[in-house]
Amino acid sequence: MNDTTRKATPQVGRDLPRTESRAKVTGTAEYIHHLRLPRMLHARIVRSTVAHGRLVAIDTAAARAVPGVHAVYTGKDIRARIPEPYFGPAFHDQPILALDKVRFAGEPVAVVLAADSHVAAEAAALVVPEIEELPAVFDEVEAATAKTFVHDTLKPAGTFPDLKHLAGRRDTNVALDFRLRRGDPDAAFANAAHVFEHAFRTQPVMHVPLEPMVSVAETDGESVTIHSATQSPSFVRLEIARLLGWPENRVRVRTAFLGGGFGAKLYIKLEALAVACALLAKRPVRVALSMEEQFYTITKHASTFRIASAVDADGRVRARRCEVWWNGGAYADIGPRVTQKSGFTAPGPYDIENVAIDSYAVYTNRPPAGALRGFGIPQLVWAYESHTDMIARALGIDPLEMRRRNLLVNGRPQATGTIVWDAAIDTVLERTAARLGWDAPFERGTGPVRRGRGLAIGFKASVTPTTSVAMVTLAGDGSCIVHASTVDMGQGSDTILAQMAAEVLGIDATTVKVLHPDTDATPYDMATLGSRSTYHMGHAVVRAAESVREQLAAIAKAAGLPADTPAATLMKKRFGMQAGNLVGVGDFAAPYAPPDPATGQSPDITPYWMIGGTGAEVEVDTQTGAVKVLRLVNVADLGAPVNPAIVATQLSGAAVMQLGFTLTEDMRFDEAGQLRNASLAEYRIPGLADVPPMENEIVESRETRGPFGAKGVGESATFGVSPAIANAIEDAVGVRIDTLPITAEAVLRALRARDGRPLPEEAP
Amino acid sequence: MSTTTAIRFTLNGEAVACDVPNHWTVVELLQERFGLFGARESCGQGLCGCCTVVVDGKPVTGCLHPAAFLDGATLQTIEAEGPDGGLDAVQAAFVEAGAFQCGYCTPGFILAVRALLAEHPDPTDEQVRHGLAGNLCRCAAYPEIEKAVRLAAARLRAQA
Repeated sequence: MNDTTRKATPQVGRDLPRTESRAKVTGTAEYIHHLRLPRMLHARIVRSTVAHGRLVAIDTAAARAVPGVHAVYTGKDIRARIPEPYFGPAFHDQPILALDKVRFAGEPVAVVLAADSHVAAEAAALVVPEIEELPAVFDEVEAATAKTFVHDTLKPAGTFPDLKHLAGRRDTNVALDFRLRRGDPDAAFANAAHVFEHAFRTQPVMHVPLEPMVSVAETDGESVTIHSATQSPSFVRLEIARLLGWPENRVRVRTAFLGGGFGAKLYIKLEALAVACALLAKRPVRVALSMEEQFYTITKHASTFRIASAVDADGRVRARRCEVWWNGGAYADIGPRVTQKSGFTAPGPYDIENVAIDSYAVYTNRPPAGALRGFGIPQLVWAYESHTDMIARALGIDPLEMRRRNLLVNGRPQATGTIVWDAAIDTVLERTAARLGWDAPFERGTGPVRRGRGLAIGFKASVTPTTSVAMVTLAGDGSCIVHASTVDMGQGSDTILAQMAAEVLGIDATTVKVLHPDTDATPYDMATLGSRSTYHMGHAVVRAAESVREQLAAIAKAAGLPADTPAATLMKKRFGMQAGNLVGVGDFAAPYAPPDPATGQSPDITPYWMIGGTGAEVEVDTQTGAVKVLRLVNVADLGAPVNPAIVATQLSGAAVMQLGFTLTEDMRFDEAGQLRNASLAEYRIPGLADVPPMENEIVESRETRGPFGAKGVGESATFGVSPAIANAIEDAVGVRIDTLPITAEAVLRALRARDGRPLPEEAP
Repeated sequence: MSTTTAIRFTLNGEAVACDVPNHWTVVELLQERFGLFGARESCGQGLCGCCTVVVDGKPVTGCLHPAAFLDGATLQTIEAEGPDGGLDAVQAAFVEAGAFQCGYCTPGFILAVRALLAEHPDPTDEQVRHGLAGNLCRCAAYPEIEKAVRLAAARLRAQA
């Protein structure tokens, strides 16, 4: 680690193995799940068994009587310490423990603390909540107009100016309605040669991080330290400070490596409960979820998307109407942002003059939904790329050609009016098709097993406006530390931030240490989400490193030494011995123009565009409906890759995750709103045997505004997977699946219905 | 009151003895008594393989295996020292192939791969799929894990 000689070897663009590789293969990498503190108590959460009801009373006597139980708390105990115990990034709607009402089956209503986690679990089973059931609403489209209301009034957080007008709104489950209007869609539909209208649905799924969510809080009453497996330490600090009415500097949030995140560990999850318990119990408290409990904590939005297109005789789409309902569950989490930030891309990466979008964040009595790898984009691409193929087939146009005729290209306005730049949409489409050998003959088979192929492309804006701040420091020997609150949850940010700092300073990236977030020591970062870190934190780190480089240059100049003098020598010149620090600070916030509230129009809606394309070849057994993916092609425009090897694994990893969401993963609820399959035994995520042959391609591209030409990559390969497979299935056997997941049963039902021999409906 | 059992076993080559609550699993024993966190609880049902440890040469799911059953056994975890304190062929292959992202499942995979290669020095694709069916990686580093298996297998065969 002491070789700090300044080298000119390129650091950005090299396939550096993850800097923490050794720790990860020897089992010594640090995760918050493994933290144990002296006198620490284990918390066990008692959960509602009812989807919607009035909380009349909670009998905790039997639980308190269990030997070894330190305390049992309910929402009332929490409210005595924190008067307004409601949290959330977009709406302050989620109580730390239920107060007055429960809003989904699985909602926390009480918590038991004990030094022995088994004692806490045993006692938790003895807590008896008395709940008066209310009618519940589960479907996102029904809930939008239902007379059963999940919340009495809307409570926007005030963080986002465009949500302020919703404050105090009553008698609605619609937390946010985003609206976009461009051109004159009504006229275009009235004069269209063809009108196509379809509806598509997606199911609720869960992130399944293998390190289950965990937060540990310790406090002396004056300040609090929260050790948390979180993707957003800066936000946790801000939100806990708000809840306690404390300045931010009395709240410290630190994290370690995350055993997966995928959006599950964003914003604030268990931290408020851990802090409240630690304040009340005056001992450190660990709140750790089981795999089952994660399913009650955060999910991916189920959705319904009605999409209609007005199309010319030659296959040009003249107008598109998009109505999207997002099933947000009982608490808003970041759902309203998904509704807007992804909602405005609902027409797809196509050049359409006349567009109407209505996107609704809807409260229901389901577990809360938030961000999951793609932030709503996979749900939208599922619909618009299935719709595109259906139009092409109806008009007898090749699906690739249909896309070519309508593609959005650089220099043209997207639906928001923002002019698209550095978006290799056409290249991604062409490379996906080329890898599939689209122009070559394809053998579809003649027997009971048929083959087909399909492709799909999608795009995503980056969530904005957001801020990243970084510090780069040199020690007296010239060794370098990057202070950044970006969370390495497996995506490789420690490695690529080291590469960027090293590139600027002319040193080897393996000698750079990247600190893990600790809000007392690493500066503010909005969060690790939405494929924003490489671009935003990348810029901040580069600026901080440039500042250090300038300071070194000034020292060299003053001492009359050559500019490439090793930093250790320059530090000695500056401080007289091996001592002192050089500190460089950099910050970055992308420019942004908020969309017009009435039309959704904005000249500057995103700092960059991320493009993903998927090609799929499938085999369908017409006798069973079983679908086998024979080949998956992942193509993306992510700008210039900082670390091509890590980037490629981001593509295949994202594609396999979305493959699970396409074929097997599905949170199944009964009529009472109880989740029936909250375990890996019944909720099947992809294993090694489920992975088809895959190829990844990073297309030649450069983001001119990005650090070293880079932009984001973590989500892009999720976009096209589901529709590419559905399109391939139709190519193989001629039936269209419009609801995820695509199970063998769904395909068989569609085949039998088409053949006039429908299968009987499932018995209730 | 929980009852305990006095057990003696070999932990990564070292003879150890302790009283263990009868309801404890191997993962709890390792984490709470020995401060070893390489075997990890995740699904809690023996399905994900994050808790894999090796008991008498066989990989078992440490989140289900009762700790009291270790009496007289030889237990190996990921923390067992490699040759000369360095990485063994499987660990080195995992680093070289980039066969992990978040790293939470990695110790379990490495132990499973060692067992797979002990039984099948040159495994077929089917044997790899079968041998690693008890381990899940949510980051889906599966293509790189397969690459690491091939790399390690070739090197171990060359050494043999």
